[in-house]
Amino acid sequence: MRKDAIRDKVAVVGMGCCKFGENWDQDPQDMIVEAAYEAYADAGLEDPQRQIEAVFCGAQYPSKGTAEVADALKLYDRPVSMVVNYCATGTDAFRYGVFAVACGMYDTVLVVGFDKPKDRGVSGPSVAVTGVRGLPATPAGWFSHCAARYFQTYGAGREDLARIAVKNHHNGTLAPKSMLKREITVDDALKARIISWPFGLYDCAAQSDGAAAAILTRRDLAKGFRDDYIVVRAIGIALAPDPKEDPDFDFLRWKPTVYAAKQVYDQAGITNPRAEIHVAQVHDCFTLTELLAYEDLGFCEKGSAKEHIASGTFALGGELPVNTDGGLKTFGHPTGATGVRMIYENYKQLQGKADERQVKNATVGLSHNIGGAPQACGICIVATP
Amino acid sequence: MVGIASYGAYVPRLRLPLSAIAGGKPGGPEKSVANWDEDSVTMAVAAAIACLDGVERTTVDGVVFASTSYPFKEKQAAAIIAKALDLRRDVLTVDLGDSLRAGTTALRTAADSIRAGSAKRVLVVAGETRMAAPRSPLEANIGDGAASFLVADAEVALAIEAHYAIADEIIDVWRTEGDPFVHAWEDRFVVDHGYRENVEEVVRGLFAKTGLGAKDFARLVLYGPDARSHAGVARELGFASGQVQDGLFGKVGNAGAAFAPLLLAAAMEEVKAGDRLLLVSYGDGAEAFVLGATPLVGRLEGRRGVAWHLARRAELASYDLYLRFRQLLATEHDRRAGAGLSATKHFRDRDADLTLLAQRCRRCAQAQYPHQRVCYRCHAKDEFEPLRLSDRIGSLKSFTFDNFAGSPSPPLVASVVDVEGARLYLQLTDCAPQEVKLDMPVELTFRKIHEAGGTPNYYWKGTPVR
Repeated sequence: MRKDAIRDKVAVVGMGCCKFGENWDQDPQDMIVEAAYEAYADAGLEDPQRQIEAVFCGAQYPSKGTAEVADALKLYDRPVSMVVNYCATGTDAFRYGVFAVACGMYDTVLVVGFDKPKDRGVSGPSVAVTGVRGLPATPAGWFSHCAARYFQTYGAGREDLARIAVKNHHNGTLAPKSMLKREITVDDALKARIISWPFGLYDCAAQSDGAAAAILTRRDLAKGFRDDYIVVRAIGIALAPDPKEDPDFDFLRWKPTVYAAKQVYDQAGITNPRAEIHVAQVHDCFTLTELLAYEDLGFCEKGSAKEHIASGTFALGGELPVNTDGGLKTFGHPTGATGVRMIYENYKQLQGKADERQVKNATVGLSHNIGGAPQACGICIVATP
Repeated sequence: MVGIASYGAYVPRLRLPLSAIAGGKPGGPEKSVANWDEDSVTMAVAAAIACLDGVERTTVDGVVFASTSYPFKEKQAAAIIAKALDLRRDVLTVDLGDSLRAGTTALRTAADSIRAGSAKRVLVVAGETRMAAPRSPLEANIGDGAASFLVADAEVALAIEAHYAIADEIIDVWRTEGDPFVHAWEDRFVVDHGYRENVEEVVRGLFAKTGLGAKDFARLVLYGPDARSHAGVARELGFASGQVQDGLFGKVGNAGAAFAPLLLAAAMEEVKAGDRLLLVSYGDGAEAFVLGATPLVGRLEGRRGVAWHLARRAELASYDLYLRFRQLLATEHDRRAGAGLSATKHFRDRDADLTLLAQRCRRCAQAQYPHQRVCYRCHAKDEFEPLRLSDRIGSLKSFTFDNFAGSPSPPLVASVVDVEGARLYLQLTDCAPQEVKLDMPVELTFRKIHEAGGTPNYYWKGTPVR
């Protein structure tokens, strides 16, 4: 890997995000149009049909594939591609967009992440039998597998998880496009019905529909769009074995995050993440996922997350605010949209446009997704130029 | 000398108090009930594993499976059992069904095949999960269980010294195609003209054939439809109550075709060298065996027999739960829904799924599961040897209690278990959440993993070592 191959070479000049939620009255194309046209307007694109040269899409369960985006935006006669990479789908679509611009093939591209899980008729993911060996696909069941051993090893417990849910619920009340806008208490979280131990209802992200979009261009062209553009400093994807089959797995961390973090920190030249990153959006499909991300991303020492949760290191106003918009917890998790939605929040933060959620003097933001069993992680670091 | 070289038994851990069916005070008699993920095949595999303790599995030449409650109408159980047990590919497989007598007929069939010279060691397995209509007297009578014997030409613990059988046509107990429930004619008729007449005729016939009488037997192992008729017929045949093997009424219940085999397994835990046993079963006629215990019977101590399973019990929390297990209550999630398995995928995954074969890398020795082409550790390609995990003890690496995954008995306990260094993603069964502890030893048990497509789909689960 050439560490500086893309560093700061690609600018984000416009972003859009539809309101996430149970969007019963919107189909995927409605949400794609909302997100993309917000991004067009934000970037000041005068003629998207002429200026957008290629489109990179991310969706975990699209009904139509690339045509969903091409048809919604009438972007034909140019490349439209789709990426699927578990919960890192949106981040990976963004990554391909970055590469397409960085290599000089296109001046300006559009990235669209979207998903519409609420058309499936279930409040969570569908419980489908896929084979003899597999248990029903329950992400809560999969992501809880680190809990027992982590708790035993480091003395953490459900209360520490509850505090993460309380923080994110609070942050979500401040985000215009979040789905859940309700404060909760630690007691609410602890008393809620158990979905998959140790996860109670409030430890789990909701299901929602959503779409988010980004306009990327060459850094030297960015000024033509706006002054307060941001640049992509590093972006990485890493896979790891299914933790349920991996003979070496210790159930104290998620390997994909550890692997991907090394890639992006190498690319960005970051050696002290807690000091060098000012705002982070991490994957909080479940509260424990966020807890492990603090450590796996190097925001704190392995085993020390509970102290930092208690002291507010990752709260708004803390040393390194995490999930300033309320995260998956309050936005829900339309898989393909989430990674792009996180970059949208970092973009607003770095532009100083995050209103009540604003992190002071933030110039470097990190976003992180982990998904599958989990096996895949995507991380993106953006910065002011 | 042809006889029984080994035995194993299985009684499901769950017990339903008869008071839950018919009312009355709790704490009285009970019956064994299969868990929701058990059926005659899974229980047969469990009994067979106990029976094959210390037996080299490649020496088994045949499997004869007996049951009236096997879930498939077409598709053989013995072949599934042989695969789960990792037996040889050229094994004889036979299913016997349709009669309460099938269990002992399986013994006779195995012995005959050995005497005919076509086999040396044949595994006999009987398993039952019969159902009668909810809250019927018959429902209270029926219990679930399985037993297994290794019938062999040498080194036998019980020699088959004589045998006699009769066939009879009588409408006493029956179940027709498409009917989940066993039915019976009026009990006094069934007992008098079915059970009593046939059993007394076959025993008297065997006495006449051998010159033996009741006093020559240390133990009468007698099928009985209920405790009263069981005791009555034993008495009429001239046996003292001390000679009669406990019928397990109020503990297990009438285990159908597996009942006489189960009682024989219980007897084998107790008899001494030199003891003579009379085994009698009933169903569409009757069948009797004279069995002589050899000194080898003492070598079989310490295995999982009936006594071990009787001691390992857990009461089912409610009758509703029992109805749900048997799919007699409509529920939100139909366990039989879905397209079912891909038969071609099943075909490719049989070794991993049914035999629980993992693999060990020949280069770095890392065990891994499921089947891989490239080693997780040293990345060697296609350098693996098979490693059977089903008879190994694992260690619990992680767990969760999942209320979201549909289960008839939530929460579903999902776990990752390390077995010989390979990691297996397993459901735990027969296990209450409060029993689950990190690093606890876990054994493997063959179960129905689900019934997508309306067929039982079998895989292995974990259960605490007890």
